[in-house]
Amino acid sequence: MTEGSTARIYGLHIAVVAVLVALNFVLPEYHHAVLARVLVLAVFAMGYNLLFGYAGLLSLGHAMFFAAGLYGAGLPLYHLGWGIAAAFASGMAAGFVVSAVVGLLALRTTGVAFMIVTMMFAQVFYLVTLYFGEWTRGDEGLVLPQQARRIVFGGTALDLTDPTTRYLLAVSLFAAALFATLAVVRSRHGRVLVAIRENEERTRMLGYDTFANKLAAVVTSGVICAAAGAAYALLFGYVGATFASVQYSILPLLWVLLGGAATTLGPLIGTLFMYYAVDIASGYTSAYMLVVGVMLILLVLFFRRGVLGTVRERWARWLP
Amino acid sequence: MTDRNRFFDLGKKGVTRRSALKGIAAGAGLMAAPGFVRYSQAQSSAPIKIGFQAHRTGIGAAYGRWYEKTTNAAVKLINDAGGINGRPVEIIVEDDGTDPKRGAEVVGKFASQHKTDIVYGTLFSHVVVGSAPTAGELKIPYYVVSEGYHVASGKLNRWVFQPGITDVRAQVTSVAPWIAANLGKKVTMIYPDYAFGYDHRDYFTPAIKAKGGEVVAQIPIPPTESSFTKYLPQIPSDTEVLYHVMVGPGVLTFVKELGEFYGSSKPQLFGFIDSLEAVDINSPGLEFLDGSHFWEGSPRYAQENDSEAQKAYRAAVGIDDNGASTSDSKDVSTAAHMFGCWETLYVIKKAMEDSGYKGPGDRAKLVEATEALKEFKEGPEHPQGDKIFNGKIHQVFGHQNISKVEGGKLKVVHRTSIEDGMYEPEADYTTQPL
Amino acid sequence: MAFGPHLLLATLEGLVTAAVLALTALGLSLVFGVMRIVNVAHGEFFMLGAVLAWAITTVVSGNPAIGFALALVLSPLIVGAIAWVAERLVLRRIEYNPEATIVATIGLLYIIQQLALTFYGPEARPVTPPFNIRIQLPWFGYSGYKLSIIAASALLLLATWFVLTRTRIGLVMRATQYDRETAQAFGIPVGRVYGAVFALGAMLAAIAAVLIVPIQQAHYLMGLDPLLLSFIVVIIGGLGSLRGTVVAALLIGVSDGIISVFFSPTLAKIIATLVVAMVLVFRPQGLFGTAAK
Repeated sequence: MTEGSTARIYGLHIAVVAVLVALNFVLPEYHHAVLARVLVLAVFAMGYNLLFGYAGLLSLGHAMFFAAGLYGAGLPLYHLGWGIAAAFASGMAAGFVVSAVVGLLALRTTGVAFMIVTMMFAQVFYLVTLYFGEWTRGDEGLVLPQQARRIVFGGTALDLTDPTTRYLLAVSLFAAALFATLAVVRSRHGRVLVAIRENEERTRMLGYDTFANKLAAVVTSGVICAAAGAAYALLFGYVGATFASVQYSILPLLWVLLGGAATTLGPLIGTLFMYYAVDIASGYTSAYMLVVGVMLILLVLFFRRGVLGTVRERWARWLP
Repeated sequence: MTDRNRFFDLGKKGVTRRSALKGIAAGAGLMAAPGFVRYSQAQSSAPIKIGFQAHRTGIGAAYGRWYEKTTNAAVKLINDAGGINGRPVEIIVEDDGTDPKRGAEVVGKFASQHKTDIVYGTLFSHVVVGSAPTAGELKIPYYVVSEGYHVASGKLNRWVFQPGITDVRAQVTSVAPWIAANLGKKVTMIYPDYAFGYDHRDYFTPAIKAKGGEVVAQIPIPPTESSFTKYLPQIPSDTEVLYHVMVGPGVLTFVKELGEFYGSSKPQLFGFIDSLEAVDINSPGLEFLDGSHFWEGSPRYAQENDSEAQKAYRAAVGIDDNGASTSDSKDVSTAAHMFGCWETLYVIKKAMEDSGYKGPGDRAKLVEATEALKEFKEGPEHPQGDKIFNGKIHQVFGHQNISKVEGGKLKVVHRTSIEDGMYEPEADYTTQPL
Repeated sequence: MAFGPHLLLATLEGLVTAAVLALTALGLSLVFGVMRIVNVAHGEFFMLGAVLAWAITTVVSGNPAIGFALALVLSPLIVGAIAWVAERLVLRRIEYNPEATIVATIGLLYIIQQLALTFYGPEARPVTPPFNIRIQLPWFGYSGYKLSIIAASALLLLATWFVLTRTRIGLVMRATQYDRETAQAFGIPVGRVYGAVFALGAMLAAIAAVLIVPIQQAHYLMGLDPLLLSFIVVIIGGLGSLRGTVVAALLIGVSDGIISVFFSPTLAKIIATLVVAMVLVFRPQGLFGTAAK
């Protein structure tokens, strides 16, 4: 990796964040609100990408990490009256615990068995959110009261329901996750993960502890997804079991594959693309899922590695 | 007007084929569409725009289709009679996919892109609860037709109303005395293991106890389940009444398996028609239900003593005496719930007229005017019956029907009084700032 | 109800679940084993099978058994044809790239679901069983049709086993599964085998759906559960093992039934899912497979 490409990579990522910040001032109200939501979900996709794209572990259970953050933040705020910062930290802690336990068990398996085990653990998590309906209100879920969604420092309060505050917080979270991902993938650990993806046996022969590296990847991925879930609960005020269901495990996989697996910016592109594909198509026809389905197929026919993956393959090999 | 034309696209053959083709064509249009459509501010002569959050896809789609038909019929009548405050009403539909995340996004889209005056029409509770925070933050009145006990519980916010359909708590409270007096005192409840089921469990149990009955077993079924027989032995053998309230596509299976399990020696059955909305009561396997009882919000089958208003309402929506579409007798409606759309639209009309509503600037006035409403008289605007509205909890109270399955039809055998379903309000939204 | 009869009922229910699951999963196992692709649209082929069964039985008047028999033949054929077209038009062009296949089959899932919603509608619709016999046991009644599903499924599984192990078609499939390049070198038309396997997998799902639809109505969203359960069965059974697939389906179906005797329904589901997940955690290669790739 040359000096020039490092500068170019950081330049690109800083520019993306700068554009996102600038958009705060120019976007129309609707798209401003949409982008705030998409950015939080893109963080979910980035967490997924770290494990799937770089370490090559296909999980179908990431909804449980997102939901761990969602409930980890939402329940103490709702039932115990915790503040925003404590709730957010508790959401991430929940993600840490769930991903560590799931990682320890599920990593005994590889390949498709890993995919199925994570899916089953996620199903258990989903059923648990229903089983404890007394506290979670199951599928219907909970509304976090608007007056509780503010951070008070001394005399001033930061209102998370204010569109600008919410947008800038979403961009901050996104930037943090983006640079964290970038740091991980450019670190030694990140290169070991890629080596595991390409040939686990050989990586082990070279003396690397592949289990420890994979476990670290599961936990990092789980915590990033949990951060997205916690932010979703606090910024948008709703906590419900739908987010733990299997659709929300398939969605990040789809977003990542669309944007380009193992690209740092792919998850954002994929998430954004899917949002607007549904949003715009449903404005033209009630049969919009048909349009979305056809678009997905056309997209893989021409961009087999996702948008950024194909761009990297053909034009910009330096993209991380 | 394009949005109103779209009403007819979903569900029925012929026209839907066109929408599918339109879908393909739209794929091409998409590539060019910038997504930054500008919508002009409503003018005083411009239509009043109502954003209809519809379940066009997802698990609620069977209900959603009839909610659209009912809404369409009511809006046509309102417009034929001069609209609201002299302005025509325009319905703008967005599909929420029966998903709480998309629901919240759709409310945002109505408020800031379509610039609708209000949002209306949601049925499934998780979509209501998921969308409510966005409605509150954007300060856009949100009128739901959901029957959940979420609005009345006080857990949502001042911008959410349920003025056209009663909530589960009132429903179960008012039918409990009749069950205890006519069917039996030992009740086993089977319900879905989610919030809708918890409301039944939490409010029916004390209500039946107050009348000397008791709930001998509670069997919550997870929504991922598609066969039920294995849980049926958990029903205690001394059960006199089996109270069932299942929802979703698995309910037919549930009733059929109940039939196979019990044969002719069954306990009394009391169910909520939610289980069989949009399903023909004469479907194969449902013979078992003959002689059992159902709650109905509004009766599916035409009754002998139907009011003129009820007859006019059925004709306008396009359902025959069996509650099926007049154009296709196999297409059974969701009659027990969809009347709520009709009545809610008339409540919106009344509140807009009371407040002299002119545009989004008057939304707070509209909320206060809705809260000030007290009662609705039975008539063309309220064909299901008269109602009492509680402005503090934003919830309406009305009559409930208990119907018996007889000769392949549902016949109303008891109609509760409004007072039967009243309970002590647990909240007061009017104290929240606007 | 007494414990013994309760257990008997739960086991019967488990066997019915297992019978349908084994057929659906076998279809997925073929596709998964031979083509090495994750077909997310497999559940939608199941749904299509059920929806077509409804359509066919509605058109045919007279004895319900005639319509049902016709559905049992026609519905899998139509579904197989659709799957074959999808394979030729899409999967072949992306060269079965595992990741692109996931996106493509999700796209297919959206398309099939939307078409079902548009042309069939959002309602759950029942199909009349070919015969209606209620078997009255001393403790409870049971559907004779459900018992016949178990028998039908066993017969179909035997037939599939015969085709796979005793015929030339089966040999070609197994050769392709074992080593694609070598098979090609021996003049096996791998492309056509893939098309046929994909269609056959979809047909098995459709047959399972036709069998189940008289007891579980056709609905446009019914494909998700069989998809997830089939994946579980295929992996637990061990990739490419017919015997494993059947044993895993029995394990999952019967354990689900029996655990439901002891716990409240949701807790039973939680425990049953955890038990099966743990089997995989401690036997990652599946019950009968060599190490899964």
